[in-house]
Amino acid sequence: MNNVLEIKNLKKAFGDFKAVDGVSFNVEDGKFFSILGPSGCGKTTLLRMIAGFLKPTSGNLLINGKDMLGVSPNERPVNLVFQNLALFPMMDVGENVAFGLKRKNIPKNEIKERVSSMLQRVQLSGYERKKISQLSGGQKQRVAIARSLVLEPAILLLDEPLGALDLKLREQMKIELKKLQNEIGTTFIYITHDQSEALVMSDRVAVMNAGQFEQIDTPVNLYANPKTSFVAGFVGETNKFEAKKEDNTSVSTKDNISFKSIFIDKDITDNCHLFVRPEAIALMPKDDIEGMNYFNLKVKTILFDGSNTKILATINDGSREISVSLPQNREFAHIKEGEIVKAAVHKNDCKCYKIQL
Amino acid sequence: MNRHIKLGFFIFFVPVILWLFLLIVLPQIDLLLMSLKFENDAGKMVWSFANYSSFFTQKVYWLTFARTAIYAIIVTFLTFVVTFPMAFYITKVVNPKYKGFLTILILMPFWVSELVRVYGWMILLRESGVINYFLLKLGITHQPIEMLYNDASMIMGLVYTSMLFMLVPILSSLDGMDDSYIEAAHDLGASKFIIFMKIVIPYAAPGIVSGSIVVFMLTLGDYLTPNLMGGKNSLWFTEQIYNQFIESFNWNQGAAFGFLLLLISSLIIWIGLKISKQNLAKALS
Ligand SMILES: Nc1ncnc2c1ncn2[C@@H]1O[C@H](COP(=O)(O)OP(=O)(O)O)[C@@H](O)[C@H]1O
Ligand SMILES: [Mg+2]
Repeated sequence: MNNVLEIKNLKKAFGDFKAVDGVSFNVEDGKFFSILGPSGCGKTTLLRMIAGFLKPTSGNLLINGKDMLGVSPNERPVNLVFQNLALFPMMDVGENVAFGLKRKNIPKNEIKERVSSMLQRVQLSGYERKKISQLSGGQKQRVAIARSLVLEPAILLLDEPLGALDLKLREQMKIELKKLQNEIGTTFIYITHDQSEALVMSDRVAVMNAGQFEQIDTPVNLYANPKTSFVAGFVGETNKFEAKKEDNTSVSTKDNISFKSIFIDKDITDNCHLFVRPEAIALMPKDDIEGMNYFNLKVKTILFDGSNTKILATINDGSREISVSLPQNREFAHIKEGEIVKAAVHKNDCKCYKIQL
Repeated sequence: MNRHIKLGFFIFFVPVILWLFLLIVLPQIDLLLMSLKFENDAGKMVWSFANYSSFFTQKVYWLTFARTAIYAIIVTFLTFVVTFPMAFYITKVVNPKYKGFLTILILMPFWVSELVRVYGWMILLRESGVINYFLLKLGITHQPIEMLYNDASMIMGLVYTSMLFMLVPILSSLDGMDDSYIEAAHDLGASKFIIFMKIVIPYAAPGIVSGSIVVFMLTLGDYLTPNLMGGKNSLWFTEQIYNQFIESFNWNQGAAFGFLLLLISSLIIWIGLKISKQNLAKALS
């Protein structure tokens, strides 16, 4: 597979503030690539440099092998779906989708055909004459995507396009977007602060923090093997402990509970962060399994949420509350608040990272 | 609840309706009746359309009107051409910090009366005026040039007088426009010119339309600027009305001209709206 986008050590500073601070990555043709990070970490800035609205302070940016520095947005083979969609309110749906095609001097009847087949793609066939104000949130979304995709860009850039939708619709659009990308095969670069969007849709995800990439990986790897403390804390739900190194195989938490664990960062000497995922903690485990940390959980609260039900509990008599997933079979449905339950976690699921500023 | 609304309705609307009725509708009805009366050969007042028909039969009247209307259209267009870039610059280009300051700076001259502003121009432009003084001093000309009392100076004066009424509605409609529309159009392959023609102008259309209507009406009905800057041969239609009322004491003819001005200018605006495919309600909302 060839790289449709190559970025080398890209930087963007606003005055003294480094919004994007030396980012390098490649995106393979036809992939769904996400950039995931908290709000304000520089995602939009990075995307706007790719689209051509911002001039990088330094670094290289190649699309299909061609240097893009100095090429204006209307001449780049990429299109951007804006965070607020930016559908033109004075035009109807058809005119919005046709806008880019008209700029290319394509014959009228061909424009009409391409617009209607594009609208069909996004399940809006026959919506040409509708006004933008008549559309629902999800429909506007699809028009915005259609308006860009109809130009057959090498890369489609999407800036948190689902942010404004309500939860139900967002879940549905996630799946639709993924399907659409699969069907048409255009490279998508999708930015979001919502880890579930990134994990569900992407082939690869870059986790961004404070202007830098922490890790670029497949969603599965990102979840299973986070490389840094930030990734471990940001991707997926987890319990984070302040801990101290005891020896090469264990740490102790502030509540003085000792965990056999593994050290992801090898250069930890003293203080570190310990991460344990809620689903890694087993309730009422078998005794004497090699490598297990055994402890008692004092149940404080049960957070019922269907298949995603959790309990909040303290370890032994500690003060730190942790969250533990409740398996879906009704095996543990009898657990009540205030009860004490035996639990265990394997040392490989106790990961220690050095403290990140 | 219901009673409150009714009470509020009366408190606010009775003065409005009284005002409309006593100060606008009543005098208009009086003028309308007046315009339909004509002194016949026997010296008696009779009901007649003669005041209206004389507008069409006497060339000088409708030629003056046509000239006035065409100039008003030109003034409206020029005012738009001058103010639109200003409005665009203030709302979209300049740092938002200075937006208020710049707007005030432009509005400042309009705090003084039209009369004072026109005299200001006259002091600049007249034969013994400031510009001629410098032209003579610098030896560019040897004789003072008369820059007043021609159509060009009159149009300039009218444009200047009207700018405010075009600028404010355009400013407010451009202010509501998100920059991302411009960027999105650019991203979809549009050049700067196309963005201007297809995105910015259509977006500001309601403001442009309401500004244009106001400027057109004000220019058409202006008396001061055409008279002072255009001089005796400005041939503005309001002068004809003035002449009928004040010089000929023919109030009936004057009233008829007033109504013709109202009707024909409304017709022109209606045609203008049809051609530009805009609607009045949207422009004024
Ligand atoms: N034009 C600008 N001038 C100064 N600072 C900016 C500008 N644009 C963005 N920033 C700053 O850069 C940082 C990253 O912004 P942004 O890329 O929009 O973040 P994200 O999209 O990840 O939420 C923010 O702290 C923001 O305040
Ligand atoms: Mg953003």
